[in-house]
Amino acid sequence: MSNPVTLKNVNGGAALTEKTLSGPSGRKPRRVISGRNIMLYGTLFVAAAYYLLPLYVMIVTSLKGMPEIRLGNIFSPPLEITFEPWVKAWATACTGLNCDGLSRGFWNSVRITVPSTILSIAIASVNGYALANWRFKGADLFFSILVIGAFIPYQVMIYPIVIVLREIGIYGTLTGLILVHSIFGMPILTLLFRNYFASLPVELFKAARIDGAGFWQIFLRIMLPMSLPIFVVAMILQVTGIWNDFLFGVVFTRPEYYPMTVQLNNIVNSVQGVKEYNVNMAATILTGLVPLIVYFVSGRLFVRGIAAGAVKG
Amino acid sequence: MNSSVSIKDLSLDFGAVTVLKNLNLEINDGEFLVLLGSSGCGKSTLLNCIAGLLDITEGQIFIKNKNVTWEEPKDRGIGMVFQSYALYPQMTVEKNLSFGLRVAKVPQDEINKRIARAAEILQIQPLLKRKPAELSGGQRQRVAIGRALVRDVDVFLFDEPLSNLDAKLRSELRVEIKRLHQSLKNTMIYVTHDQIEALTLADRIAIMKNGVIMQLDDPTTIYNEPRNLFVAGFIGSPSMNFLKGELVNREGKIVFATNDVLFSLDGYKAGEALEVGRKVVLGVRPEHIKVNEATALGAEIHDATVDIEEPMGADNLLWLKHAGHTMSVRVNGARRFGPGSAVKLGFDMSVASLFDAQTELRI
Repeated sequence: MSNPVTLKNVNGGAALTEKTLSGPSGRKPRRVISGRNIMLYGTLFVAAAYYLLPLYVMIVTSLKGMPEIRLGNIFSPPLEITFEPWVKAWATACTGLNCDGLSRGFWNSVRITVPSTILSIAIASVNGYALANWRFKGADLFFSILVIGAFIPYQVMIYPIVIVLREIGIYGTLTGLILVHSIFGMPILTLLFRNYFASLPVELFKAARIDGAGFWQIFLRIMLPMSLPIFVVAMILQVTGIWNDFLFGVVFTRPEYYPMTVQLNNIVNSVQGVKEYNVNMAATILTGLVPLIVYFVSGRLFVRGIAAGAVKG
Repeated sequence: MNSSVSIKDLSLDFGAVTVLKNLNLEINDGEFLVLLGSSGCGKSTLLNCIAGLLDITEGQIFIKNKNVTWEEPKDRGIGMVFQSYALYPQMTVEKNLSFGLRVAKVPQDEINKRIARAAEILQIQPLLKRKPAELSGGQRQRVAIGRALVRDVDVFLFDEPLSNLDAKLRSELRVEIKRLHQSLKNTMIYVTHDQIEALTLADRIAIMKNGVIMQLDDPTTIYNEPRNLFVAGFIGSPSMNFLKGELVNREGKIVFATNDVLFSLDGYKAGEALEVGRKVVLGVRPEHIKVNEATALGAEIHDATVDIEEPMGADNLLWLKHAGHTMSVRVNGARRFGPGSAVKLGFDMSVASLFDAQTELRI
């Protein structure tokens, strides 16, 4: 710091600062505790508590024994933590005729959800791509019919579909249910994919055509690699939708193929014996775990994909 | 003349809307043709028709004397460069360049050879391993041109390739495209709304409006002898001065009169006989009006007052009032007048234009 040139510069700088710093400057100071902040954070806190409290009650209750539950303090943490209800819900609770818990339903649900999700996304993505990029004759009509399909209540279609499945010979089988789930996912998924592909620059598609790529080459080599977010969105929608389905599971399958949701209902609504609240809570959380995990793992991509699809359509 | 692209009676309708009407166009081998027009005039649509990306309603398209009206884009021998570059984002530059060749199953060593050549011409060798997102706008457009280059096409189609770039880069790439055309000698069709690009690049310019070609000529002719009022007003910045008036007889000579001010038409080469009483529009470009230049003023001198002065560096733009009209005049940037100053104007009729007020066609 003995360098005189440097010293002079520092002095010059200080003089300059002094001159400019009279009166307010920089960021305006704000009070942390103000009426506005109390209202804002207070509302947020109440809303968060409103949504989280039921989950808290469920977790706490599922970890208590029945004697402790009968005391009636549903908000108090368990005095003695027990995992007995969880084990019972998974492995030994009685659902109708069988007494092997939710495990059977879990594997049924996996065997329904995985193929249905893959099949419906595979078909819907090609549908959406064809509708967005290859303006074939009657495309608008086809699309309108598909969208109308999304608004027809499921209940209206149950009887016809039962008859169709019976005639084909797959009524009551997993294949039949997978087919039904794939068909019912089609309108909304096609809409989703069509809007996403329509939001991609059309010039990319033109460039690929000039490069000589055909329908499938453009789809597989150009479009697919750019569409990860929308595939994640579609996957989440389908996995949660099909996993949480109850109606189709009851209507289109036999008891040995009942999905987890139907079995959960059979456990919770069984009329014989004592109501085992802790087992019911554990069984419910177990059933909801899959969609929950899917959201946690891919939530960020989900938001990005929804936003991407929403920009243009 | 050997024609490279030939369009015959082309029409295109979108439902009830006619976008292109009975369009005829012959493009010579090795020619640089610019399609110029404001947005919505059908110039990009025409290019997409030539590329085969749009199904035409009527007419024929020939490329290299082969009828390609029903051919797929890849079989037409064309390469296209888009405004938004349209590079495949997930592929490296090298894969972008080779995509078309890989689709066509060209042998790998041939692909490598062509990429090396294109990369050398466009000076993008250091970028080959990068993804498009890591490139600047100018580099991306170079790669996009390279994609057309490696496919060894007969005709290059450019769809406003420079519109997404900033002004400096645009003028640099403009020069590069011109250099590319001079060395490759391919036929190039270039769509733009920028008249500077059109005038600097083109061998011939086709000015379009509402799906119709208004004039097809070399840039000099377009600039100096616009065929109608639209072309005259579209080309040139600031726009040509238009004075509405009529032809009158003055001591045996036919002169132009507007708001009782007379302009001699000496030196104007009319394409048809001038008749007294005809309603006409006189068009004079800002640089064709002389200010206070005794030698260049000619026989007739007009007095006017400077209203506003716009210094633009090399030029100085004067807005002045004369004969009830506001006119712009371009003078050398070193000459300053100041608002309100009186000036003497001389009109150079040998480079002026005269249009019929009714038909808007050049006389």
